[in-house]
Amino acid sequence: MRSHRRETTAAWILVLPFVVLFLAFTAGPVLGSFGMSFTDIKQRDLRTPFAVNGVGLDNYLKALSDETFRKAAFNTAYFVLIGVPLTLVVALAAAVLLDRGVKRFQGLFKVGYYLPVVTSIVAIAVIWRFVLAPEAGLLNTVLGWFGVDGPNWLASKTWAMPSLIAMAVWRNFGSAMIIFLAGLQGIPQTVEEAGQIDGAGPWQRFRYLILPLLRPTVLFTSVTTGIGYLQFFEEPFVMTQGGPLNSTISVSMYTYQQFGFGNYGLATSMAYLLFVVIAVITFIQFRLLREK
Amino acid sequence: MRRTWWIYLIAVLGLVAVAAPFVWMLLGSFKTQGELLRVPPTWLPEAPTTQNYDDLFGKANFPRYFFNSTVVALVVTAGNLVFCSMIGYALAKLRFRGRNALFVLVLATLMVPGMVTFVPLFVFVTNAGLANSYPGLILPFLVSPFGVFLMRQFFSGLPDDLMDAGRVDGTSELGIFARIMLPLTRPALATLGILTFLGSWNNFLWPLVIAQTEDKYTLPVALALYSTGQNAQNYGLLMAGAVVVVVPVLVMFVVFQRHVTRGIAITGLK
Repeated sequence: MRSHRRETTAAWILVLPFVVLFLAFTAGPVLGSFGMSFTDIKQRDLRTPFAVNGVGLDNYLKALSDETFRKAAFNTAYFVLIGVPLTLVVALAAAVLLDRGVKRFQGLFKVGYYLPVVTSIVAIAVIWRFVLAPEAGLLNTVLGWFGVDGPNWLASKTWAMPSLIAMAVWRNFGSAMIIFLAGLQGIPQTVEEAGQIDGAGPWQRFRYLILPLLRPTVLFTSVTTGIGYLQFFEEPFVMTQGGPLNSTISVSMYTYQQFGFGNYGLATSMAYLLFVVIAVITFIQFRLLREK
Repeated sequence: MRRTWWIYLIAVLGLVAVAAPFVWMLLGSFKTQGELLRVPPTWLPEAPTTQNYDDLFGKANFPRYFFNSTVVALVVTAGNLVFCSMIGYALAKLRFRGRNALFVLVLATLMVPGMVTFVPLFVFVTNAGLANSYPGLILPFLVSPFGVFLMRQFFSGLPDDLMDAGRVDGTSELGIFARIMLPLTRPALATLGILTFLGSWNNFLWPLVIAQTEDKYTLPVALALYSTGQNAQNYGLLMAGAVVVVVPVLVMFVVFQRHVTRGIAITGLK
């Protein structure tokens, strides 16, 4: 009954629209970007992208020896190394709180915590610029109640990056929380009951029973969050434009600036350097997951 | 009982921290410029005014941006529903050469940073004459690896017996897909639809470079340019603009939230 040929024909009809769009708008550009990164293509070549000269590894060498690029790489690492653990801790705390403690109105809290995830970053920027404003800002007003004189957050070389990290945690913890909630709901109640019988307190039960069982979920969310945070772009773009004095410029942000200056070849080489880092981290993640 | 009250207290404090900026935005959009600049800031508007909204829809061209955002989001959503379910079904249920390679390719693109495709895509779309056009805004997003992954996972969970029954009845392969299997994926389609719509509505960087004249701006582009241009100090207008960008998707999200959270649980991805 099952005709192999008819099945293959149907499969190709179903696959075709995707493949065409995918080749034109994803696979093509990925390869195109790779090619461009070895040429001296600039904005003036926009209409004649094939009439450019190969320059070998020049763009990569230029990127790696560029002070601002190094600064951007440092900032991106700073953002990822502080931002990812913070986001996951807040997300896990919220998930445990909702799963084990909050039985009534659980849906309300879940939706509430998730709201920033579905909100436009541009709108968030408008709101947060007010929250972080030096004089009339919400945050400094609240700090003032406790006698703390808050700084001009976004104009400070020291505080601009922590402000953006706080904003990213606020904006993103909801997604990780939902994944943690799904993971927690997969852990049978009996595991905790067994711990309770053995006299383990709430923290011990969490630390030695729940957390080890959540390990795959934690690894997974840390890498998906990490991949997202490595591409850190929108927060500095809408809040600080990378300033003050490049203290919040990220690799993606600097790549975009180079694109804006018309240095297409240089921009693509920077994007590919980021790509390599992300690929390596993803690869390590898969290895870690497979071991378990 | 003793334990629960402080758990709720923490949960409520968390909710306040998350929601306070939204509430402030909404209240701020009804304040006058003078009140918005006051130190210390006020919570409730002292003399509530709709002036900011009148300006937004009168002097500024927000109805047009709203229309653009809606059109782009609807077409992108429709494209993802149709094309991702088609290939998702083929990857999950049909045997053909290259199936596994195709699936691995789709998965691999999930980790490609947006910046990698950005420059060549801009060059390509410009040379195709699609800059500053609706197709230029829409075409790059008509399919997504996330959508393919989601639909493939969902189709994989459906029994093969249904397809075999269709084959016995003489239904064509495409008929089996469209009339037997596709209707069963309604929950996954709802998830994909709402997530795609939200993503497209909030999409920012691509429309910013592709929409070059005001009549093609989407809402986030317009709001971003207003907040850096000559209206940067017109806080009331910006607050009202942010409300117009945020409120439609928040309402939509609250109504369909089950589908969103289930989609994340199925795929583990946003």
